[in-house]
Amino acid sequence: MITYATYFAFACFGAALMMNLWRILTSDGVGVRVLALDTMVINTIALLILYGISISSEIFFEAAMIIAMLGFVSTVAYARFMLRGNIIE
Amino acid sequence: MSLFLIVALPFLGAVFPALLIRAGRNACAWSAGVTSALAFVGLMINLPAVLRGEAVTARLDWLPWLGLNANFFLDGLGFLFAALILGIGLLIILYARFYLSREDPMGQFYTYLLLFQGAMVGIVLSDNILLLLVFWELTSLSSFLLIGYWKHLPEGRQGARMALAVTGSGGLAMIAGMLILGHIVGSYDLSVILQNKELIQASPLYLPALILILLGCFTKSAQFPFHFWLPHAMAAPTPVSAYLHSATMVKAGLFLLARMWPVLAGTPEWFYIVATTGLITMLLGAVIALFKDDLKALLAFSTVSHLGLITMLLGFGTEIAAIAAIFHIINHATFKAALFMSAGIIDHETGTRDIKRLGGLRHLMPVTFTIALIASLSMAGLPPLNGFLSKEMMLEETVHTVWGHSHLLVPGLALLAALFSAAYSFRYIAHVFLGPKRSDYPSPPHDPPVGLWLAPAFLVVLVVTIGLNAQAMVGPLVKVAASAVTGGELPYFKLKLWHGFNTALLMSTVATIGGLILLIMHGGLERVWNAMPRPEAKTIFDTVIGTLTQVSRVITDTLHNGAISRYAMIFVVFTLAIASYAYFTGTMELPTRDVQDAPLLPIVAWFCLISATAMLTFLHRNRQLALVLIGVVGLIVSLSFNFLSAPDLAMTQISVEVVSIILLLLCLNFLPKTTPVDSSLTIRLRDAVIAGVAGVGSAALIYAVMIRDFSFPTISEFHLANSYKGGGGTNVVNVILVDFRGFDTFGEIIVLGIAALVIFALTEAVLASNVRAYLLNRKPEWPQSGDAHPLMMVVVTRVMMPIALMVAAYIFFRGHNLPGGGFIAGLVAAIAFVMQYMASGFTWAAERQRIFYHGVIGSGVLIAAATGMGAWFNGLPFLTSAFGYVHLTPLKEFELATAALFDLGVFLAVLGAVMLALESLSRFAWQPGMVTEHAMDINPKRDDPPDPNTDQPASEGEA
Repeated sequence: MITYATYFAFACFGAALMMNLWRILTSDGVGVRVLALDTMVINTIALLILYGISISSEIFFEAAMIIAMLGFVSTVAYARFMLRGNIIE
Repeated sequence: MSLFLIVALPFLGAVFPALLIRAGRNACAWSAGVTSALAFVGLMINLPAVLRGEAVTARLDWLPWLGLNANFFLDGLGFLFAALILGIGLLIILYARFYLSREDPMGQFYTYLLLFQGAMVGIVLSDNILLLLVFWELTSLSSFLLIGYWKHLPEGRQGARMALAVTGSGGLAMIAGMLILGHIVGSYDLSVILQNKELIQASPLYLPALILILLGCFTKSAQFPFHFWLPHAMAAPTPVSAYLHSATMVKAGLFLLARMWPVLAGTPEWFYIVATTGLITMLLGAVIALFKDDLKALLAFSTVSHLGLITMLLGFGTEIAAIAAIFHIINHATFKAALFMSAGIIDHETGTRDIKRLGGLRHLMPVTFTIALIASLSMAGLPPLNGFLSKEMMLEETVHTVWGHSHLLVPGLALLAALFSAAYSFRYIAHVFLGPKRSDYPSPPHDPPVGLWLAPAFLVVLVVTIGLNAQAMVGPLVKVAASAVTGGELPYFKLKLWHGFNTALLMSTVATIGGLILLIMHGGLERVWNAMPRPEAKTIFDTVIGTLTQVSRVITDTLHNGAISRYAMIFVVFTLAIASYAYFTGTMELPTRDVQDAPLLPIVAWFCLISATAMLTFLHRNRQLALVLIGVVGLIVSLSFNFLSAPDLAMTQISVEVVSIILLLLCLNFLPKTTPVDSSLTIRLRDAVIAGVAGVGSAALIYAVMIRDFSFPTISEFHLANSYKGGGGTNVVNVILVDFRGFDTFGEIIVLGIAALVIFALTEAVLASNVRAYLLNRKPEWPQSGDAHPLMMVVVTRVMMPIALMVAAYIFFRGHNLPGGGFIAGLVAAIAFVMQYMASGFTWAAERQRIFYHGVIGSGVLIAAATGMGAWFNGLPFLTSAFGYVHLTPLKEFELATAALFDLGVFLAVLGAVMLALESLSRFAWQPGMVTEHAMDINPKRDDPPDPNTDQPASEGEA
């Protein structure tokens, strides 16, 4: 059962990744693209964890955690740049 | 005294004059003199051994695998030259003390002089040709400093440059020649090379080696056609001319000819190249010298002529000629140094060196006159002075020399040169000292103080005594030196004044009388000479150098025009060319691996990567968008690393990615937001083609590598096998970083620290300059949102701070055995701090930051170094790691490894470097009024009355 569940989830997140890419390629302006990138980060985390589940390994957990933490920071940096121009003031 | 000490003394002593000049000019001169005297005494202690025919040696293996050994040996030849260098050096130090004026920096002068002296002594005592080359180049450099000593004179600077260019390029040729010689023999030790005459002369490389070494010798000894630098080097102060350009440096080339004589001489090539060059130089120098009006130029060309004479004698290749050459080296050094010093005295006391403005000085300067008279007559070759003896020997040798099929060519030309030599020597006396007294000297001439004439006087005493009693004075020394040159037994000889009526005496008489006749006819001859067109060496040299500079500038400007696209193109095209060459000439084995199936999801990721990259190529001029796209690329790359089982790399990749994006965004604040179009469409299309070909080529290469097994066993097996056994960790990546390649890592954290400090220093410099005014008054380029520090963000980042630090600690501690480690942990911790700067503001964060980042970097490097050095106490090499297991009661048993301590150093250095760099860059944006009392301000104007004590800026408001 879990195998099919992971396959289904892989398919969903893979499709989500392609949709994010579509937004990045076709949107106007930077703001939407930053949002798309941020969503892409989240989908990537999901894919990593799913991959870990499918091969029964914990080794990707920390990598996923760091991507989660740092993805947030880079989104904040992009956002601050757009809002204030200066990211550290 | 050990030979090492004799060579080292001048170098060690060179420090003292520069320091002691503060104690006065006498102390300065004394320190130089005592150094030289000590070395001279040390040399003299070895005299008895040398006269017995023993070679004194001192050996020290320096870099034996390169064949470079610090070996010295002292035989007759080396002793003779070392004695000349140190002995005349002492006299020059005395002379220079009184010659240099108060305006001249005397400490510098003596320091340069001692450096030069040490280098010269090093040349003549070296028993290793590579060591000899090192000293050879040192003489070129130190003589450059000495010739250009009067930096304010353009002639001095130009003469120094010319001397360096000529002798330096000759030195380069000689390096090649020496390497060939060492290659033929299989050893770079002179004593070995000198035993292998047959081997060297039978080698097909003999001629190239000979020519290259001779180029070095001829440029150094100012032989035709490289003689032109010597007269221009006369712009140096007279002590330098007397020392370098008569007694020592120009004789270095002769020394080497003599040193290599046993193995290089005796062949027709040697005879025709060396003897002919010497003969031409001798004649040419003598002729030009007669028509020079500048005293020092006259002496310079006369030196060129006499060097040619000695070169010719060495070129003859016979034992007696070698004896004559050695003898003339001594004689020339004595009379020519004395003459240079007397020319210096005349210049010093009358204010001019122009012969046309002198004359009648014999009554005004009787002491100088006596010195110059004896030295000139010796130079002219008149009995009973020492110049006569060696000139007789030279003429006698020429009579026995056959050039081509002619018996008369060499003696005839030698006679002509001797005739001109006599003429210019007489002119030096007649036109400067004889004749009527004049009333228009630039300053009233009188004899100098005793300090100035003592040194030349001592030399002319030698001139006379050697002339009268040659055998007793220098006979044994000439004998050991000449036998060192020939490398064997010498025929019987006796240095004496009277040889009976023979051809040489007849030639001498003709030369002397002819010289007098030439002197009488000088006025008429000079008009003819001046009317003749002559090539001017300096113009030719300047043209050549100018052309070379022009050519190299064109090449440099073509390759380095400042556009990175140009550099990238050159690099890529070159790589492509080499790769195509390898592909078309090499062979490729058949694939040994199967191509694996690609699942759908990796293809999706690959598609994301390619699309983002392609889009970046087209939209990169929008810099902010480019950064977002780079973010996509970084994310997918990190994902791929995970998928390909490299979680360490994945974590490193993503953390470096985020730090770089923050850094670039900080910079982008001050940069144009779009990249301008610099190059034309054609060029961009060309670059696109090149880049496309290179990209496809790289992909094909990678594919070709991946479907084959490695030809050689890889190093990874070793790492996997030894990671736990040797480094105490199961995470091989981390063990490589902190143990196998720990030394690299140690270097890298130092470099990282330096880079961060440089960024800090540059920031300080920019903020201290007038750019600061611009920065302080900068207006934002687009309307800003009102919240500088939004409440949500501040809260979230503060909550996240301990979590992030905990993650960093967790990553750090597990690093040795599982993915993680100090580098990643350092980056994560840095990002945890940067979040606070971003959310709560620079001022807020800086106030709470109590440890300087410089200190964090420093402590990191120190901890890593101390950990590495800890291994020394166990008698192990730097950075050998140790590990053990510790059991503390409430905890489970855990491992302690020194590598973890080293990793702590890495962690601190990375943390400090990243923070220092980011903090420095963010200081550019600081403006007055950014100080906020409210770190979590929701635009304080909205609900808080403005605090009168703080300046609330206008920009904080309506947006």
